[in-house]
Amino acid sequence: MGNPSQTVGGLESIPALLQRNAREFGSKDAYREKQFGIWQKWTWAETEKEVEALALGLINLGVNEGDFIAIIGRNRPHFYWSMVAAQSVGAIPVPLYQDSAAEEMAYVLEHCGARFAIVDDQEQVDKVIEVQERLHQFEHMIYVDPRGLRKYDHRALHEFAKVQEQGRAAYDEFIQELQDRREKLNFDDQCVMLYTSGTTGKPKGVILSNHNIIRSAQNASEFDHLGPGDEVLAYLPMAWVGDFIFSIGQAYWTGFCVNCPESPETMMIDLREIGPTYYFAPPRFFETQLTNVMIRMEDAGTLKRALFHHLMDFARSGAGEKYGMPKRSLARPDLKRRIKQAWKFSMGVGFAIEALLENAIRLFFVKLRHPVDTRDHFKAKDPLGLYLYPEPLRSYFKYRMGEVLIYGPLKNTLGLSRIRVGYTAGEAIGPEIFEFYRSLGINLKQLYGQTEASVFITVQPDGEVRADTVGVPAPEVEIKITDEGRIFYRSPGTFVAYYKNPESTADTKDSDGWVDTGDAGFFEEDTGHLRIIDRAKDVGKMANGAMFAPKFVENKLKFYPDILEAVLFGNGRDHCVAFINIDLTAVGNWAERNNIGYSSYQELAGHPRVLATIQEHVEAVNRSVAEDPMLSGCQIHRFVVLHKELDADDGEMTRTRKVRRAFVADKFNDIVEALYDGSETVSTVTEVTYEDGRKGTIKATLEIRDAKVVPVEPQKVAAE
Amino acid sequence: MSVMDQETSVTADGRTIGGVLMEMRNISLRFGGVKAITDISFDIREGEIRAIIGPNGAGKSSMLNVISGFYVPQEGEVWYKGAVRPRMRPFEVARQGIARTFQNIALFEGMSVLDNVMTGRLNHMTTGLLSQAIWKGKAEQEEIENREVAEKIIDFLEIQHIRKTPVSRLPYGLKKRVELARALVAQPSLLLLDEPMAGMNVEEKEDMSRFILDVNDEFGTTIALIEHDMGVVMDLSDRVVVMDYGKKIGDGTPDEVRNNQAVIDAYLGIAHD
Repeated sequence: MGNPSQTVGGLESIPALLQRNAREFGSKDAYREKQFGIWQKWTWAETEKEVEALALGLINLGVNEGDFIAIIGRNRPHFYWSMVAAQSVGAIPVPLYQDSAAEEMAYVLEHCGARFAIVDDQEQVDKVIEVQERLHQFEHMIYVDPRGLRKYDHRALHEFAKVQEQGRAAYDEFIQELQDRREKLNFDDQCVMLYTSGTTGKPKGVILSNHNIIRSAQNASEFDHLGPGDEVLAYLPMAWVGDFIFSIGQAYWTGFCVNCPESPETMMIDLREIGPTYYFAPPRFFETQLTNVMIRMEDAGTLKRALFHHLMDFARSGAGEKYGMPKRSLARPDLKRRIKQAWKFSMGVGFAIEALLENAIRLFFVKLRHPVDTRDHFKAKDPLGLYLYPEPLRSYFKYRMGEVLIYGPLKNTLGLSRIRVGYTAGEAIGPEIFEFYRSLGINLKQLYGQTEASVFITVQPDGEVRADTVGVPAPEVEIKITDEGRIFYRSPGTFVAYYKNPESTADTKDSDGWVDTGDAGFFEEDTGHLRIIDRAKDVGKMANGAMFAPKFVENKLKFYPDILEAVLFGNGRDHCVAFINIDLTAVGNWAERNNIGYSSYQELAGHPRVLATIQEHVEAVNRSVAEDPMLSGCQIHRFVVLHKELDADDGEMTRTRKVRRAFVADKFNDIVEALYDGSETVSTVTEVTYEDGRKGTIKATLEIRDAKVVPVEPQKVAAE
Repeated sequence: MSVMDQETSVTADGRTIGGVLMEMRNISLRFGGVKAITDISFDIREGEIRAIIGPNGAGKSSMLNVISGFYVPQEGEVWYKGAVRPRMRPFEVARQGIARTFQNIALFEGMSVLDNVMTGRLNHMTTGLLSQAIWKGKAEQEEIENREVAEKIIDFLEIQHIRKTPVSRLPYGLKKRVELARALVAQPSLLLLDEPMAGMNVEEKEDMSRFILDVNDEFGTTIALIEHDMGVVMDLSDRVVVMDYGKKIGDGTPDEVRNNQAVIDAYLGIAHD
């Protein structure tokens, strides 16, 4: 590829990209945030002014080159500006998870030795003040929302707007300094430091350079043809690498607009109002949405429900993939495309009216003769009266009609009408869930990535999307797989180092730049797509030598809407057992419809009928696991439905909601033992941490259930 | 303004308590033969949180209704902003800057949260029915201004996510918050809260307490509240009036009241031997 700086035309830092955007798309919206019920907006030119004022303010406060600036808050334009302003003055932004407890923050703040922090509101200010004593390097804090902070000691505490004001006032004094610092930035400078969520042990600070971020963003933007007309909704934690790449890297590279929700609770409303064209969400989000749709369809009228199921079955049969997918197009369609869209839509309306009228008349006469249930009618092969048309016209017309009646309105309700490219990653997504969204005509794809790679390792190209693979290597990414199945990669996004942790850096990244993902997987021979088996560290052996891959089984369990989380145990044992968390939304709704009263999560989780349902799911999973020759030993012999949800506040999960396996095994040791020693119930006392950091305990007696397993011959993992 | 020029004091957490905003002088209220309130006097000072507590049937709600001008006492005078308050109709009271919430939520169930909150701005709108219907010029301008006030309160009380939700679909705790929002958009100088935390769980109570303190702190609103939950009252209020059987049995800071023998007897009961 040669010298990369030639290909990006000297744009070697985010501040440089900001300058370019202010020049080229000056009057185009760069940021929007809903406030007081109205979408407030800032153009690229205004953004540049805001960032500049803040950067001058930071110099005024005494920020030096190479300082770390902690950024703690929910997705707001102010924090994105803060990151770029920090970079402009040569400092390195370190975004933190805003829902972390003070203790967790203390570790990161201490580790990076941040002198400054830019935080959201009183809650975050309080947290930092709580641990400030221990942070000897810490000096100033800047807050955005002044509410409740009027009477705080303001010697080392500053309001965001005032810092900007001071910056503007000191324009003449510092502008030269700012320009010098900004122009010094190049590809090798640090762009950001992101802390890993830490499934094992303490979080590690991953240093990413401008080269990492800009090249990765450029490659991925070109891969998906992103342009300045695209829209994203920024709602995922700012401390997560994905948000940094999407809302800063790609947004600054392509110049698209980043929209920030009014509050975390209004995210769904805001999503609908904005209608992003480029979207990212973890599988859990799609699961929850699907569960909500299904619950609401259960409460809908007979005709609507029947029509919904009929058209969804049709879309899932392959019609969605064939007729529904958006063509590779610009975010803002040109006239030709608009006419085409209008034509498609009116055709759908026409056929819908025609078919429904005809159908209504037919139904009326059928019912006259012998009363049939509407639902039975819709189960018939072609209830919509399109039998006159030959295939494939019939399917095409039918899909257009479905678009008007069901798919379109449903996408609109979900806020996904305008999606051109949607990604899900982080965990495996259930094939049914994946299929549901794709058949609606939403171009949902999977990618595989990690912080150390600036996200992208593999991505699914348009037209080659499947639920069980994670796609082909992303542009400029090389992948090699060792004999044991461990995945290594090398790419322009490969991280610089772990901060203050040369041993870990050496363990993960070798001198040639190959990085160990810690995951095990293989390439499919015919398609060249990568399939992930599990974290290599979690893959183990059972007592009889059979392979133990917990994720494989847990994902199968989690695909049931009733099951939120599952943890499988069995490494080094002779059989597997599992912890299960029920999904309160799905199970609660089911309980309501079946007149089952409950007063708490714990009571619902222990209800005999809930246990019976979960048992059915477990046994179904066992049957499915038994079909896999390599992993048939991982069937679940006994399970328990936990009395509390696994929670990041209790350390059972990471902030990105991945289970900390070893921690859970240790914390619930008594339950694991009870699962293995054959007892029917187990009494346990569990410590829980409330949101404000106080602790309490829950006492519970849990029923342990045996699940039927399919007998199989255990297969030995070939010893080499 | 002479009455209000009285000494001002500053509390431990830095809030300024001003002069007397409202004063009850020897109030007695009867319903036929039933004496609801007997000869009660106390004052409410500007910027403070004043609680009225007492067992069931002590006459707390009657007292609040006297303050809000809904009941007119047979004896005694209500002084407000340095003058004796004449007999008034409820809307006149509202115009004087007194807003309240109710023990049993009194919202328009079929209307959205935003519409409910906007009704609280009624006294600040001057355009007539006709111009509001035509929706041009001044009426439009006025709506925009008032909507801004309403939105700021919605933001303050963190109820943005239910802005467009009909009130009937909300859980109890949120309805209470919406009611508080409606009272607040009137920008009252005296806010009356009738059992703001009745029927709430611990978390909702904590949220509500925080909002009450924030309202007092940010807007400097004087608050008079009735509450059953002793813990909440003691944490929130600057001064407490204790009532029992229509009589005042205690008045002072939470600490003073807590150690008052008459109050302890009223709450715990005394042996009649």
